[in-house]
Amino acid sequence: MTPAGSLLVADELRKAYGPTVALDGAEFSIHPGEVVAVMGPSGSGKSTLLHCLAGIVTPDSGSITYNGSEMATMSDAERSRLRRSEFGFVFQFGQLVPELTCVENVALPLRLNGTSRKEAERAALTWMERLEVDDLRKKRPGEVSGGQGQRVAVARALVTNPRVLFADEPTGALDSLNGERVMELLTDAARSTNAAVVLVTHEARVAAYSDREIVVRDGKSRDMERVV
Amino acid sequence: MRLRGWAGDLAMGVRFAFAGGREGWTRAVLTAVGVGLGVALLLLTTAVPSALSARDKRSTARDDFTYSGKVLPKKDDTLIIGRADTTFRSTDVRGRLLEPEGVKAPLPPGVGKFPGKGEMVVSPALQDLLKSDSGKLLRERLPYRVVGTIGHSGVIGPAELAYYAGATGLEDHLAAGSAERINYFGPSPQHQQDQLDPILILLIMIIFVVLLLPVGVFIAAAVRFGGERRDRRLAALRLVGADGRMARRIAGGEALAGALLGLVLGSVFFLAGRQLAGVLVVRDISVFPSDLNPSPALVALIAVAVPAAAVLVTLFALRGVVIEPLGVVRTAKPPRRRLWWRLLLPLGGLALLYPMIGQGRTNGNFNEGMVISGTVLLLIGVTALLPWIVEATVARLNSGSVSWQLAVRRLQLSSGSAARMVNGIAVAVAGAIALQMLFAGVEHDYVKATDNNLRRAQLQINVEGSVRPADVRGQLADTKGVRSALALATGSAGNKAKDPANSTEVGVGSCAELREVAQLPSCHKGDVFQILGTGYDDDTKKLAKPGTTLWFDGGTDVRTTSWKLPAGIKTAAQREDPTGYERGGLLFASGALPEATVAGLNQQVFVALDPSVPDAREYARNTAARLDPLADVYMLTSGKVDLQFRAIRNGLFVGATCVLLLIGASLLVSQLEQLRERKKLLSSLVAFGTRRRTLSLSVLWQTAIPIALGLLLASVVGLTLGAVLLEMVDSTISVDWASVLSMTAIGAGVVLAVTLLSLPPLLRLMRPDGLRTE
Amino acid sequence: MSIGHTLLGLLESGPRHGYDLKRAFDEKFGHDRPLHYGQVYSTMSRLLKNGLVEVDGIEAGGGPERKRYAITDAGITDVERWLATPETPEPYLQSTLYTKVVLALLTHRDAADILDTQRSEHLRMMRILTDRKRKGDLADQLICDHALFHLEADLRWLELTAARLDKLAEAVAK
Repeated sequence: MTPAGSLLVADELRKAYGPTVALDGAEFSIHPGEVVAVMGPSGSGKSTLLHCLAGIVTPDSGSITYNGSEMATMSDAERSRLRRSEFGFVFQFGQLVPELTCVENVALPLRLNGTSRKEAERAALTWMERLEVDDLRKKRPGEVSGGQGQRVAVARALVTNPRVLFADEPTGALDSLNGERVMELLTDAARSTNAAVVLVTHEARVAAYSDREIVVRDGKSRDMERVV
Repeated sequence: MRLRGWAGDLAMGVRFAFAGGREGWTRAVLTAVGVGLGVALLLLTTAVPSALSARDKRSTARDDFTYSGKVLPKKDDTLIIGRADTTFRSTDVRGRLLEPEGVKAPLPPGVGKFPGKGEMVVSPALQDLLKSDSGKLLRERLPYRVVGTIGHSGVIGPAELAYYAGATGLEDHLAAGSAERINYFGPSPQHQQDQLDPILILLIMIIFVVLLLPVGVFIAAAVRFGGERRDRRLAALRLVGADGRMARRIAGGEALAGALLGLVLGSVFFLAGRQLAGVLVVRDISVFPSDLNPSPALVALIAVAVPAAAVLVTLFALRGVVIEPLGVVRTAKPPRRRLWWRLLLPLGGLALLYPMIGQGRTNGNFNEGMVISGTVLLLIGVTALLPWIVEATVARLNSGSVSWQLAVRRLQLSSGSAARMVNGIAVAVAGAIALQMLFAGVEHDYVKATDNNLRRAQLQINVEGSVRPADVRGQLADTKGVRSALALATGSAGNKAKDPANSTEVGVGSCAELREVAQLPSCHKGDVFQILGTGYDDDTKKLAKPGTTLWFDGGTDVRTTSWKLPAGIKTAAQREDPTGYERGGLLFASGALPEATVAGLNQQVFVALDPSVPDAREYARNTAARLDPLADVYMLTSGKVDLQFRAIRNGLFVGATCVLLLIGASLLVSQLEQLRERKKLLSSLVAFGTRRRTLSLSVLWQTAIPIALGLLLASVVGLTLGAVLLEMVDSTISVDWASVLSMTAIGAGVVLAVTLLSLPPLLRLMRPDGLRTE
Repeated sequence: MSIGHTLLGLLESGPRHGYDLKRAFDEKFGHDRPLHYGQVYSTMSRLLKNGLVEVDGIEAGGGPERKRYAITDAGITDVERWLATPETPEPYLQSTLYTKVVLALLTHRDAADILDTQRSEHLRMMRILTDRKRKGDLADQLICDHALFHLEADLRWLELTAARLDKLAEAVAK
């Protein structure tokens, strides 16, 4: 069942929040360097799927294998370590620490991994240059525009050279021009580092930046490539 | 028109507070609970004087012993009352034996009918104690049947243990002073209200300031609960066309609503707390709920001042804030805090206190106004200086671990709110340090060290002559938990039956017992000793001659038995008895005096207890009560605290505890509120792998840094104030480091507790549910 | 798109040979579909006949005819009129996809499947356009965006229909 060479594979995922069933037998797989869009109407379980894949939420049942090891058997600390060092995250909003400057925000994941402050901020600056926001280094998130903030967030997600980048509606709060620029930078950067990207979106134009899409409906997933 | 506009805006604010949906409600209730707690504490404080005076009134109304020294003639309106106080474990029991001598004998307050012999009426608390298992030993000591309870007017507090028992034959005790004939209950003509010493008044004034100031600071902080959400609502108001001033006044109205609701809640808390006061015993003091009545003037003051302060604090807090239609802008660079006017407050306080130095003990009372305002200014200075210090310090902090960086950056962005949170604790600690210093400085005046030697004996029992010495000795020695009981018959001997020219103290006992109170060269049955060495005692020498006839007396001034001194009087040297007393006079080894003579003396027993037997003291007391209900039992202690002083110190402890708890609660509320606002951020931080420890630590730093600064400032100000106060009462200034450390430790403990209590919600907020977008 | 009007418009900046016209057209508007030379030739002769262009000169030489065309005043007026007339918006009332969905429901086939497959196909196209947009210049970007927005509109309709399939099934069954 598992396609060979997959980096992250999920099978038969089930997850309910109280009486609400968010996932009902969803499946997923992604290769290194691949960009997969997760689509579906709101409330279909897209975000829950992403949270499960990223080890933020543990599914009620089903298996998630990352790089050959089963995530369900990992402790919370191990999953946190995984998220810190192997995964990167971009959310719709509210993810930058308002008190820290932009460069400190970008450096944060490295610092959580124990990198020295100086070195972390140097690496952060390199990524900020790539995402064309290096001039914002001294600013705080409250002082930059939404598009700029989102690019800072992308820089932060990529600074650890993650093997999987999780993006949950990364352009949801942006206009289409800014949104596309963010998507371009995000996918370019991910491709250049051979990172896999799990992209949750309900916008077709954002999904068009992916290599293939899966559709989640009523907690069930459908891999369109395998269908076609 | 202007006034109408104001009122209208305020009213709209009030409406918003309650109609602003769940958020508005939460905020109003949060503020109200905070203000309510503060108001309740204020009401309680203002009610304490009335409660104490009500206690005092009831206590005076049941005064019985007049100590006039004269014995009234027996009439049909007289009553003999005997003092049978005892102590059970560490609680005092007020006991009286009653023997009415006529039909018109006065009834004590709260007692409807005299108990007959073998019966007693008891206070409700004593009744409960006697019924309980833990009261078993006391039951044995009070061998009377309970026939009723003492009414409210007869007990000073709900937890007071008291009884009146019926008795006969008390007349015999009249002479000794443990019983007295009286014809009314109430203050005796000689009764004088104790005048409080000016230094004690100073202490009380400072205590009130120190306790009430943090409450004020707390209320000011409470009306700012939920400020960030409120700001967003205000922005929405601007969007629909309110101008900046209106928005501010509406905010004031919201605070007003919270404060008004807080007044209501405060009254409820107070009434509830008042009921609780009935079951609460704080260091032997209990208060009837109905006694806790704040004076109407103070209540009115609170009712007006609290809401007014709420509005003013809000308007003041919004002065640096521009409410724009699209959000609230804190003026981009808040003006740097200036130091000079902040320094003026504490310096002004010192200036007011300075002229008081050297007053008090030598020059009468302190000027209350100056003392209070000086202290208030000095302590308020803490709240003014702290924001400056926090800002200046935090701006210089840098580098460190991630948790440290998160905390420092957050503090740099909003050092004001951090300082505000800590203000209350800093003021309380500064005041408490000053008070502790003052207490330590003046303590030696009020705490008297005793000479008791606790290694030799732990109890001293005095029994009047009616009991045979052999019984005293035997029964006490046989009592469980008693290691030894050395009984000495004591009294005085003079050369005449009435008004002797020479008299001296005498003691009778076995050789072992005599050795306890004097150094004897040798001792045999029937020996007589004279103790020499008490400088100015000439009488003993004059009396201690063979052939002198001595008239003995057990303390009643009536000498009934005489005895002629034999030849061969030995000389003994002085020795401290277990209470530290060096007696002089004559000593008689058992057998020297006829038994009838000894019987007229009193018995003084030194009891050594076995520390391994629990309740050994209570068994000994029971035996003493069985021997003579009017026996006096003293527990020997190493120090004796002046009662007034102790009461004041107790008050301080109770108050400081309440205040610190209150402040801890407010810290917790603002901490939780801040966490809730950051729910989404926390979840995303967790998503990319932030350790819980990192976030928890950053919460700790965030509180600990301002608290550490606050405690530092509090120590400096507290020590300064303490030094000035000590100068004022002319005591040598010495820093009581133990109390500085303990007060700062308590402050730090509050921080730690708040952090610990906010951890569970923090961990809950860090759950990924926060990422869900609903 | 009216090729005649487009070629006329291109002539307004100055007389051109037929071959030049084709090249200019392809460069600016051709994209996927370059004009055949024969198309240019037939269009120009139609315009010539209607008096909208005139022959400015014929270059001698071997090979195909190398006529140089110039726009006439009537031609300018015609371009002006064409630009000023708004395009009739497409009513999009005849949708094959809608027909397919209804037929699937009537014959009890899986309509959601049809929609999913269609979405996939649309996305495939959008991916190609997005890719081209990333590599192309501004003209490419604008033209691709035009197409992407149309496809996106289709997809939106698709999602909406997917969400209402149950209701549609009821309505169809009546």
